Amino acid sequence: MSGALPNNLEAGIILDDMSVKAESLQSSAYFSGLGSEELDSILKQVFEKAVARGEVILFEGEPARAVYFVISGVVKVFKTSADGKEQILYLARPGDSFNDVPVFSGGLSLASAEAMTQVVLYGMEKDNLETSLREYPELAENILKVLSQRMEQIISLVEDLSFRRVTGRVAKILLENAEDATGQRHRLTQQEMAAMAGTAREMIGRSLKILEEEGKVRLERNRIVLTDKEALRELAGVGL
Amino acid sequence: MTKMPEIDRSQCNGCGLCVEVCSCRILMLIDNVVEIKEKAECQRCTRWCTVCEMVCPTGAIQCPFEVVTEETQHSADTS
Repeated sequence: MSGALPNNLEAGIILDDMSVKAESLQSSAYFSGLGSEELDSILKQVFEKAVARGEVILFEGEPARAVYFVISGVVKVFKTSADGKEQILYLARPGDSFNDVPVFSGGLSLASAEAMTQVVLYGMEKDNLETSLREYPELAENILKVLSQRMEQIISLVEDLSFRRVTGRVAKILLENAEDATGQRHRLTQQEMAAMAGTAREMIGRSLKILEEEGKVRLERNRIVLTDKEALRELAGVGL
Repeated sequence: MTKMPEIDRSQCNGCGLCVEVCSCRILMLIDNVVEIKEKAECQRCTRWCTVCEMVCPTGAIQCPFEVVTEETQHSADTS
């Protein structure tokens, strides 16, 4: 579907509370460490968009015209094969960005993005971002870090898909999505886990059962309790 | 509070597959849209079978899992 950006811009809400907005913007790795003057100037170039759960924010193959920053909620960034199979590249959470690589390369969106929850995004068009980049060198340094981390993330995904067995991939997904230090609890369906692991949904159910039989997790009604994190880390092939 | 499968009524196409597969018989179609008719029955089910989610062709039913560690489980229980 083309022309999503103008609609997005039309749906943009006027930024009314600059200090709150600046704080939200600063939570993005792009703008970390920038002063209030720089943030205020950048905010003028930013549009806000609220997205309902399940809404597709952008489609793979569309001209990439804006970078998006997640302020609240979770966005699934994914590719779809010709036969409809989905592969999640990563989940963008508050502080994360998406669609940045094709915006900088001047190409088409490499992946689609869909809201997994109610989501609030800030967006910045290519031209505005490039202007800010020229004005604020710290921004360029931050973006280098973000894109380097994204590269690491994608290489890790290639490694997972190429070399790790499905149960190991599931163990890694569980470890990565366990309640974090801030107490934020993530929720995943088996379909989402399958898309992350690059496997069929049925394989997720089977893997969870194996992990339970091996005493590494306990399956409760709507909860997966990680009972042996060390064993899961070993299985996932990640550092203890 | 015990969690229930989450239904997005706008996505439901009324095919009724979930109603057919539900082993607890807690789902029904009302005006061609799936509803949970017996929450108490669903709460009795100790397993989150997720079969309704699996058969749904439109993604209208979701049975998400929370992923918690043994240490954080208590806070999850009390929320």
